[in-house]
Amino acid sequence: MTTTTMTMAKALNEGLRRAMEKDRRVLLMGEDIGKLGGVFRITDGLQKDFGEDRVIDAPLAESAIVGTAVGLAVRGYRTVVEIQFDGFVYPAFDQIVSQVAKLHKRTDGVYTMGLVIRLPFQGGIGAIEHHSESPEAYFVHTAGLRVVACSTPNDAYWMIQQSIEHDDPVIFCEPKSRYWEKGEVDLDNPPRGLFDAEVRREGSDVTVVAYGSMVKTALRAAEAAAGEGVSVEVIDARSLSPLDLAPMITSVEKTGRLVVVQEATKSASVGSEIVAELTERCFYSLRAPGVRVSGYHVPYPPSRIEDAFRPSVDRVLDGIDRVMGYA
Amino acid sequence: MIGEELIQLLTPEGQRIAHPEYESTLGGDEVFSFYRDMVIIRRLCNEATSLQRQGQLALWAPLQGQEAAQIGAGRALAPMDFTFPSYREHGIAWTRGVPPADMLRIFRATTTGGWDPQKYRHSVPTVVLGNQALHAVGYAMGVQRDGAEEAVMTFFGDGASSQGDVLESFVWAASFNAPIVFILQNNQWAISEPSSLQAKIPLYHRAHGFGFPGFRVDGNDVLAMYEVTKRALDNARAGGGPTLIEAYTYRMGAHTTSDDPTRYRIDAEVEMWKHRDPVERTKALLAREYKVKKAAFDEVASEAEELALQLREDVLAMDAPDPITMFDDVYADAHPLVNEGRREMIELGVSGPR
Repeated sequence: MTTTTMTMAKALNEGLRRAMEKDRRVLLMGEDIGKLGGVFRITDGLQKDFGEDRVIDAPLAESAIVGTAVGLAVRGYRTVVEIQFDGFVYPAFDQIVSQVAKLHKRTDGVYTMGLVIRLPFQGGIGAIEHHSESPEAYFVHTAGLRVVACSTPNDAYWMIQQSIEHDDPVIFCEPKSRYWEKGEVDLDNPPRGLFDAEVRREGSDVTVVAYGSMVKTALRAAEAAAGEGVSVEVIDARSLSPLDLAPMITSVEKTGRLVVVQEATKSASVGSEIVAELTERCFYSLRAPGVRVSGYHVPYPPSRIEDAFRPSVDRVLDGIDRVMGYA
Repeated sequence: MIGEELIQLLTPEGQRIAHPEYESTLGGDEVFSFYRDMVIIRRLCNEATSLQRQGQLALWAPLQGQEAAQIGAGRALAPMDFTFPSYREHGIAWTRGVPPADMLRIFRATTTGGWDPQKYRHSVPTVVLGNQALHAVGYAMGVQRDGAEEAVMTFFGDGASSQGDVLESFVWAASFNAPIVFILQNNQWAISEPSSLQAKIPLYHRAHGFGFPGFRVDGNDVLAMYEVTKRALDNARAGGGPTLIEAYTYRMGAHTTSDDPTRYRIDAEVEMWKHRDPVERTKALLAREYKVKKAAFDEVASEAEELALQLREDVLAMDAPDPITMFDDVYADAHPLVNEGRREMIELGVSGPR
């Protein structure tokens, strides 16, 4: 087993490189991804090594970035498109929902929509407006798409490769606040399947489900709760469509209490879906209603006050207190 | 009225007319076969309208008036070229070999597609305006990367020319010098809105602003449509980049069978365009120049009649699919929510032939 320490940004870069080495039909397309290496440097050096035909600096139009990737998919290419920031994906929403999600069905399976839409998402980097959003629920809601979110460098390295190899379109959510955090990456063996959830910390009193940036927040909260005598199990959902419910069910059957943590606003969110599914499936195991710790129902605030919007360790602990408050 | 920039090789009266840059390369047999295509697709289109009126189709988008624009462009394609249509390209589908019954499946609402796009190298109908223009450019970028000598063609109307996706596809095609031909069928009306609402300049002028050539062709002149399209395709295959062809034509019928054009346009306009009919002018040329006899025209008419009858028979035999098929091909690989729906439908006993 070869392991090495790297940041999530570097892990994504290495994952993309490996996918491009393996399959010449893998292309990258996005704004500023060539010489600059992307605004987050995720594609750093790839154009130099793979050429401008495979690492394509795109004109500035998101609908076209996704729409032309659809045409490339019809031709048999697998394009990984980079949407520069979450808040800029909406011009491409029509192509994603009307075409990317439906063309496999519309052609009775003839077209393979093997493309990956990379979406740096969530906040926490002190950015200006439209650079810190969590639009994942729009895509989770749409049949025909798959949505995943990495939370560690190792997952980033493997999940990007697994997404590229997968025949369905994948919305690949990258927690930009974790891009520069380091972790161990196993270069030989993938941790698990692309659509599998993972128990990050075992516990017996409360199940906390999180994804993306909030996994680390949840783990910190679990550590703090342990100091107060509450044993918290933390599950990284990893895949948002489909949801891997089995480990969550096992966990809730054990703990009887559920908290979901997300940066996105609460209404009709991934967290709402997890609470609903687990309420249906674990009704008699639950000792308290499932609680969502979410962003508030406001536009993403100016980043000078974003820490009051994004679920903090304290707010997660408050959610844990709420479910522990039931007998 | 249309202006001197219009490329025309055949007048509405069926007279040849010289053009400084284009001349017809077609022989009599080829012109006759183009005529046959136009007569057949018009007849099939009429049959589809009747089928809708009789409650057999949910909707139909007739192409009457645009036969030359589509047959001329479609016949210029090489077998390996790939085409991305909107929803009115029945004439293009015909030239690509799509069985007529397959063209009607989406309108009978038994499918959301209709045919195997890779088999006919003709993509499935795209109803959201302009989306397909980007798919076409992306496909053309793939052709470039494969080093293939193929061209790509896409179709949209004067209405869709206002869509961001179409304009973005122009940017991409120019920036990447994509081997693509854009066929803009300006049929003068986007449902009730005149083309003057979409553009204050001739639509083909837009290409120049994006950095590639644009031409306005008499879209009711099958000879001109063929020659201009063929040259644009050859140019694309040779690495010359994109071309916009505005086929200046007229939608003789309604936008769709749900539309009532008498509410927004005057009879005199329709009458004027009747005199520019694409089929009649080709027939006049064939009769005068190639001495095609009435019997030959009659033969085409009866062939079209037979195909229309066959189409009717095929459509009436098209049953609603088993509801369980809605779960097929949503994903390439299993998805638990799809499986859950399928299981529920089986348990409820809803599946089974309709």
